[in-house]
Amino acid sequence: MRTTITGALEAVGAVRDGDTVLVGGFGMAGMPVELIDALIEHGAGDLTVVSNNAGNGDTGLAALLAAGRVRKMICSFPRQSDSWVFDDLYRSGKIELEVVPQGNLAERMRAAGAGIGAFYCPTGVGTPLAEGKETRVIDGREFVLEYPIHGDVALIRAHVADRLGNLVYRKTARNFGPVMATAARVTIAQVSRVVEAGDLDPEAVVTPSIFVNTLVEVPR
Amino acid sequence: MTALDKEALARRVASDIPAGAYVNLGIGQPTAIARFLDPASGVVLHTENGMLGMGEVVPDAEADQDLTNAGKQPVSELPGAAYFHHADSFAMMRGGHLDVCVMGAFQVSAGGDLANWHTGAPDAIPAVGGAMDLAAGAKEVWVMMTLFAKDGTPKLVPACTYPLTGKACVTRVYTDVATFLIEPSGVRVVDTFGISADELTSRIEVPLDIRVL
Repeated sequence: MRTTITGALEAVGAVRDGDTVLVGGFGMAGMPVELIDALIEHGAGDLTVVSNNAGNGDTGLAALLAAGRVRKMICSFPRQSDSWVFDDLYRSGKIELEVVPQGNLAERMRAAGAGIGAFYCPTGVGTPLAEGKETRVIDGREFVLEYPIHGDVALIRAHVADRLGNLVYRKTARNFGPVMATAARVTIAQVSRVVEAGDLDPEAVVTPSIFVNTLVEVPR
Repeated sequence: MTALDKEALARRVASDIPAGAYVNLGIGQPTAIARFLDPASGVVLHTENGMLGMGEVVPDAEADQDLTNAGKQPVSELPGAAYFHHADSFAMMRGGHLDVCVMGAFQVSAGGDLANWHTGAPDAIPAVGGAMDLAAGAKEVWVMMTLFAKDGTPKLVPACTYPLTGKACVTRVYTDVATFLIEPSGVRVVDTFGISADELTSRIEVPLDIRVL
C-alpha cells in the first residue's frame, strides 16, 4: 500500500482503544514526541505500550502515562532517575508491568515482523523472567522459548524519509525504530524532513518503504 | 597497599582488557573504565542502544540528544563508528561476537552466577535492561564491585540470594580488595589490595585458591 503523508492527529487516528502500541526511542533519543502528543489529543485509551523505558520526565511517553491512557507497559527498564510518572502509577497499582530483557524485547518484535512463530533464546535461563516458560536443551545448552510481540500500531521517529516511506535514521536515535516498523499492522514514522523519491541513496536506506504506512513531517 | 578507590579499580580492569577487543561497559561504575583504556590498544566500545566506536561522555554544551550511551548520557562518536538497530545490537551479544562485558553486581556466586538486576524487595520496581542479554551472550562476563556491602557482608557468595541475572556466566570479579578468577576448579585469587590472605579467607564463605599469593 502506498505510504501517505499526513498531520500527526490524522495519522494517530489509526490507534483504537485497547490497541498494542509500539513506541520507539531509548529514553528521549528517537522518541516520537509529537506523535505521542497527538495520541493524547486523539484520546485512545486502555493501551498496551511496548517501549524500552516507561517514560522520562513529563513529556512524550510519560505524558501519555500521566493522561491515564495506558493499561500495561511492556519494557526492559522502567525504573530511572526521571521515571516518576510511571513509578507513582506502578506503586499505586494503576498500571501493569511486564519486564522483558532488552534484547528479547527487540528480538520478539523482530520475530513478529519476520513471521517467526517463536524462538529459543539463551537470555534469562535460570532467572525469574524465564519462570513458567518452555525450555529446551540444544547442543548441550539450555534455551527459553520466546514468543513474538505484535503491535497494532508503531509510532517511531526517523531522520529523513522519501515520499515512498523509505527511512534513514540519525545516530543512536535509530534504536528500536527499524524493528518496530516491521512488527506492527500500521507503522507511523515521524521524520524531520520528507524528500522526493530518488533523493535518498538506496544503499543507505535503513527501513524500506514497505514497512511504513504513514509519514508525519515534524521539522527539527 | 590499600584498597583500591573507584578510579584505581577502573584502571585495574582496564589494564586487563585485551587489545582490539569489542567491549561493552555497563551503566554506572564500569563506564569509568573507558577513561583508562589506551587509545592505541584499538579496543572498540559497544553500547547496546546501537553503536560501535563510542567515544567519551561529553559535557552538556556539546550534547547531541540523538547520541547517547546506555545510561542515556551524551557521548561522542569516534572515527570508524557504526550505528545499528536494537535487534542487531543484541545479536552481537547473543551471537558471541562481543569479547568482554563489564557489569556491576549485587552478588556473584562461586560458580559464576550473577545477580545484578533486582533486589526482590516488595516495593522495588524491577528493571533489567540489557543485563540478562549480556550475561547470556558476551564471551567473557566480568564483574566490577566492592567485595563487601556497606553492612560488611560479602558479595562473593556460595550461592546468590538475590534473583539471578544469569547462571554460571561470570569469569572474573574485580573488587576493591582482590581480583578473583572463576574457574571450573574453583575461585582463584590473583591479587589483593590492602587485605591479608587470612582476613580474606575468614570473611568470605567461598573456598579460595590463594596459593599464588
